[in-house]
Amino acid sequence: MLLTLLFTPLLAALLVPLMPKHAVRQVALVGTLVPLALVIFWLCTHNWFVGPPQGVGVDAAWVEQLGIRFTLGIDGLSMALVTLTAFLGPICVLASYSAITTRIRTYYGWLLVLQAVMTGVFLARDAILFYVMFEFTLVPMFVLISLFGSTNRKAAAIKFFLYTFTGSVLALAGIVYLAWFNTQLPGKLFDGSGSWTFNVAALVNAGQKMSAVQQTWVFFALMAGFAVKVPLFPLHTWLPLAHTEAPTAGSVVLAGVLLKLGTFAMLTLAIPMAPIAAITYAPAIAVLAIIGCIYGGLICWVQTDVKKLVAYSSVAHLGFCVLGMFSFNAAGLQGSVLYMINHGLSTGALFLCIGMMYERYHTRNMAELGGLAIKMPIWASFFVLFTMASVGLPGTNGFVSEFLCVLGAFQAGGNLGAFAGSTGGNLGPFFAFAAGTGMIIGAIYLLYMLGRVCFGPLKEPLGHADHGHGSSHGAAHGSGHAAAHGSDDDHAQHLPADLTGREIGILVPIAVACIFFGVYPKPLMQLIDKPVMNTVQLVESTRKEMPAPKAAPSAPATPATPAKTSTPAHTDPAKHAEVPSAPAAAAAAVQESHS
Amino acid sequence: MIEKLSTLWPEITLLIAATLSMILGVSPSLAIRRLCAPIAAAALVIAGLLAYGDDPRAATVPNLALPHLAQYGKVITAAIGLLLLLLCVGLPDRDYEAKLARGGVFDALRNTRGEFYAFFLFSLTGLMLCAGADDLIWLFLALELVSLPTYIMVAISTSRNRSMEAAVKYFFLGALGAATFLYGFALIYGATGTTYLPKIAEIFQAQYAAGGLSGIAVAGLVLSVIGVCFKIAAVPMHFYTADVYQGAHASVTAFLAFVPKTAGFFALMLLLATVGWASGEATTSGLPQPLHTILWIIAVLTMTAGNVLAVLQNSVKRIFAYSSIAHSGYMLVGLIAGPVVGDGSLQSSGLAAVLFYLVAYGVTNVGVFAVLASLEKRKAGAAAETTDEVDSISDFRGLCSTSPLLGWTLVISCVGLLGLPPLLGFFSKMPLLTSGIRAGEYGLVVVLVINSAIAAYYYLRIASTALLESPDLASSSTVRPVGIPTRPIAGLAAAACVVALSLYTITDFARFGAKYDLPHKQVIPAPSAPSAKEAPAKSPSAPSAPAAQPQANVPGATTTN
Repeated sequence: MLLTLLFTPLLAALLVPLMPKHAVRQVALVGTLVPLALVIFWLCTHNWFVGPPQGVGVDAAWVEQLGIRFTLGIDGLSMALVTLTAFLGPICVLASYSAITTRIRTYYGWLLVLQAVMTGVFLARDAILFYVMFEFTLVPMFVLISLFGSTNRKAAAIKFFLYTFTGSVLALAGIVYLAWFNTQLPGKLFDGSGSWTFNVAALVNAGQKMSAVQQTWVFFALMAGFAVKVPLFPLHTWLPLAHTEAPTAGSVVLAGVLLKLGTFAMLTLAIPMAPIAAITYAPAIAVLAIIGCIYGGLICWVQTDVKKLVAYSSVAHLGFCVLGMFSFNAAGLQGSVLYMINHGLSTGALFLCIGMMYERYHTRNMAELGGLAIKMPIWASFFVLFTMASVGLPGTNGFVSEFLCVLGAFQAGGNLGAFAGSTGGNLGPFFAFAAGTGMIIGAIYLLYMLGRVCFGPLKEPLGHADHGHGSSHGAAHGSGHAAAHGSDDDHAQHLPADLTGREIGILVPIAVACIFFGVYPKPLMQLIDKPVMNTVQLVESTRKEMPAPKAAPSAPATPATPAKTSTPAHTDPAKHAEVPSAPAAAAAAVQESHS
Repeated sequence: MIEKLSTLWPEITLLIAATLSMILGVSPSLAIRRLCAPIAAAALVIAGLLAYGDDPRAATVPNLALPHLAQYGKVITAAIGLLLLLLCVGLPDRDYEAKLARGGVFDALRNTRGEFYAFFLFSLTGLMLCAGADDLIWLFLALELVSLPTYIMVAISTSRNRSMEAAVKYFFLGALGAATFLYGFALIYGATGTTYLPKIAEIFQAQYAAGGLSGIAVAGLVLSVIGVCFKIAAVPMHFYTADVYQGAHASVTAFLAFVPKTAGFFALMLLLATVGWASGEATTSGLPQPLHTILWIIAVLTMTAGNVLAVLQNSVKRIFAYSSIAHSGYMLVGLIAGPVVGDGSLQSSGLAAVLFYLVAYGVTNVGVFAVLASLEKRKAGAAAETTDEVDSISDFRGLCSTSPLLGWTLVISCVGLLGLPPLLGFFSKMPLLTSGIRAGEYGLVVVLVINSAIAAYYYLRIASTALLESPDLASSSTVRPVGIPTRPIAGLAAAACVVALSLYTITDFARFGAKYDLPHKQVIPAPSAPSAKEAPAKSPSAPSAPAAQPQANVPGATTTN
């Protein structure tokens, strides 16, 4: 099953170069539809709430001398993201029918490869296999951006590659350190008999045995790789460029799935492998996430390029996702995982809408556009819906996840003093408040964009309406923005003013999903319940053990600190007696400065 | 002496072939002159088989720290030598033979074909001897035998003045390097009174027991290491690299990037094995402090300088020259990490990692330079003979569409050198990382991975130019393949290796080659084995790790080939 999921797109990718030109799209479509059908079949036939199906994992020898194995496995979390990947696959293929007209074999071939390796990342249960897949996503994306992107595509592709590559080699160093630590554990003789393993379960097990200092190093090494991908605030600068330059399907995959590789890896590798460090530095990460929310939102506000705006909105939205994750309680983690799915749906759909608009007008500049609802009512309805989902309007999927993330951050304030509903943790109401500000900014810039593009008097780029392809409202010209886009307008003539049946067919499934998960997110929450609760339990048990008496001189805590770090009632009372360790004290200090 | 000769059959085979090709190369008959290359190839195959089949040296020479290095070194020399030979076929006397074909009169004095193949084989003989050295004099002579022919090969590789200039530069700086390590060897002799490596190791161990290495020994080792840095193109002896690599013909550049570098690493391993990686001094690595510090600095500077300078280049050959410097830096990490006693696993033994990396780098490098050697540039409107080597990055624009095989070879090789998984470059870099971490060299490992990221920039630039850009039709010069089929074949073979070897690796042989016996176990108490002193420090929760040490000394699980 897992192998079929992984290799169907790959097989199709191998077939694509051999096909005659007219059959390429069909092959690509089949190559993405088969995994989707499989995933849907599997979701329906197995009760995922009970747990992942047994005996589907794959474990084969690969590079034995290095202890690297080809291990695949699945749980609810990976299943959710694999479903998202499989769902967006055919949509990306369909969305490229009219946009990509040259070198289509190259295009669909690499798109299918990308599909396969992204699935592979979610399925990999060997850290090096994971890393291989994680890195290899760069190659197809690099090709897609630098061949099929817009004007500044080469710089964007190189920047994208270098940023993410630099981060992930540091993550590799962290993984290798952990694997070495694993060989040093009792019961594993360091006898050179090849006891190195990169099995994720073994590494997670080993990671939890590391000291706090070691965990800190491993945690930051891993986070360096994953935070670039997410992208977390100071490391986000590659994203807007890559998004703006990428072809539509590239942007959809980038926003929909590639960014989730980072959050997925944080949740399944970084946090379980270094739980003490994750808990200790949760406020720091959360602060970065919130800066991302607010700063990303403010940047969005001043954008004139619609696509760039949506790109920066990803920075802001993924900030919520990370914030929820580092709340370490059921609400926050559920919200975070839901956010991964929902952001993939709504932002992916927004990019699709923008792509469809761009194919017609060849501009994404908001100054040249306006009132498109008059001319493209169907398109505008979808655009409004997806924008609302992105804003987090109640009733759409965005609301559920955003609310849960912020709620999680709020509840995680137990260390500041127990309050009703607090779950313990070192975030708290202040974090929730700041994130709430980010939500408001999010509503402002998205509605602002919506208002300018969809409503008001009709405004089209100069020279566009002259073609008047079947439009009833050809007359209302733009108000004199002299951008000469008329020249590259030729193949837009093939497109009617409003959406074609194919385009509607692409958007409808996403719209249905957005509303369905907004009204009834329960199936999704059940799917991810087990993995999320495992993480919650891991964090809780780690918290109980955390202030273990270690390196007493390293905790010259200020007199005020022990009082402030009063433990919530439901955690181990032994914690009260201990002098807080240095990292805990530092964390407490961070909170003080915030509260 | 006689029993030593019996270990040298591979070298003797190469020497016979070299002599033969010198004689046949001056024959007035073209058919006979053409025999040079097949004879060299046959000699390499026979030498490789002889070396692979049996290792009499391990039995006849006692007390070697690295008993299997010779066998491994000889086999990889023969294997990669064969690939390099494919690259060099058709290179010597190309212009001269063309002139003869148009009706010139054969003049044995003007002819360089025989010399070229002979020097090619001499240099490889030197490399094999270097792997098997057990004496400082032997080591010095072997290193010189590697280098001296390469000076001439650079000079006669093309008929341009640039090659001449490169050769002169290479020769003078090479002489400086040789003088430096010879001085170092002399000091080591002064400190120990012997040139026999196992004996030197014994005396060094005695000096440890008496409180540390003598100053003169340390000075000797440091000078030797710095001198050998010339061979591996490491900082501070790297200045010649870019000019020489650019001046020589691409086929010879591939030779320079593999053979002297490998010889240098064999020499470094043999030299460092005399002090051992388990010196008992409290350093993070097992190497004695001054050596460790110097190698550490050299490694960091080499990696960083190589990559940063490569980013600034536009000439492809200069890029690969600087990248060759950087790759030496990576390998120095493995050298600093050092071996583990006995048959260490590939991830733990830095020497095994280096030995494997040498092969991986050699193969990938052949892929790159095969593409360079297979293409030539002709100015529009110029006469048919006036061709030039491809050198600028823009010459590769759209190579994947104009000549797909060469283009993809270049892309795969570049991405392989970049270390992108799942290609050979990644799987060969992994053991360097793991062994570095094992030895506690976290700083070096971080520098290594950051450098891999810097390197991504220029490899990606070349690969994307070839793969993604469209051919430059309006350009004043056209790039087209040279009509020598062996070069693309070598390139394709290399690219195939880069892809295929990552599927199932040959690393067991590297592990075998890196087998390391503590010099004079009776002198050293058991707990001073490399990982024993680190285990308690880095894994407080692993109380039984030191107890695992006796296990490490058991020479069990010997790898057979």
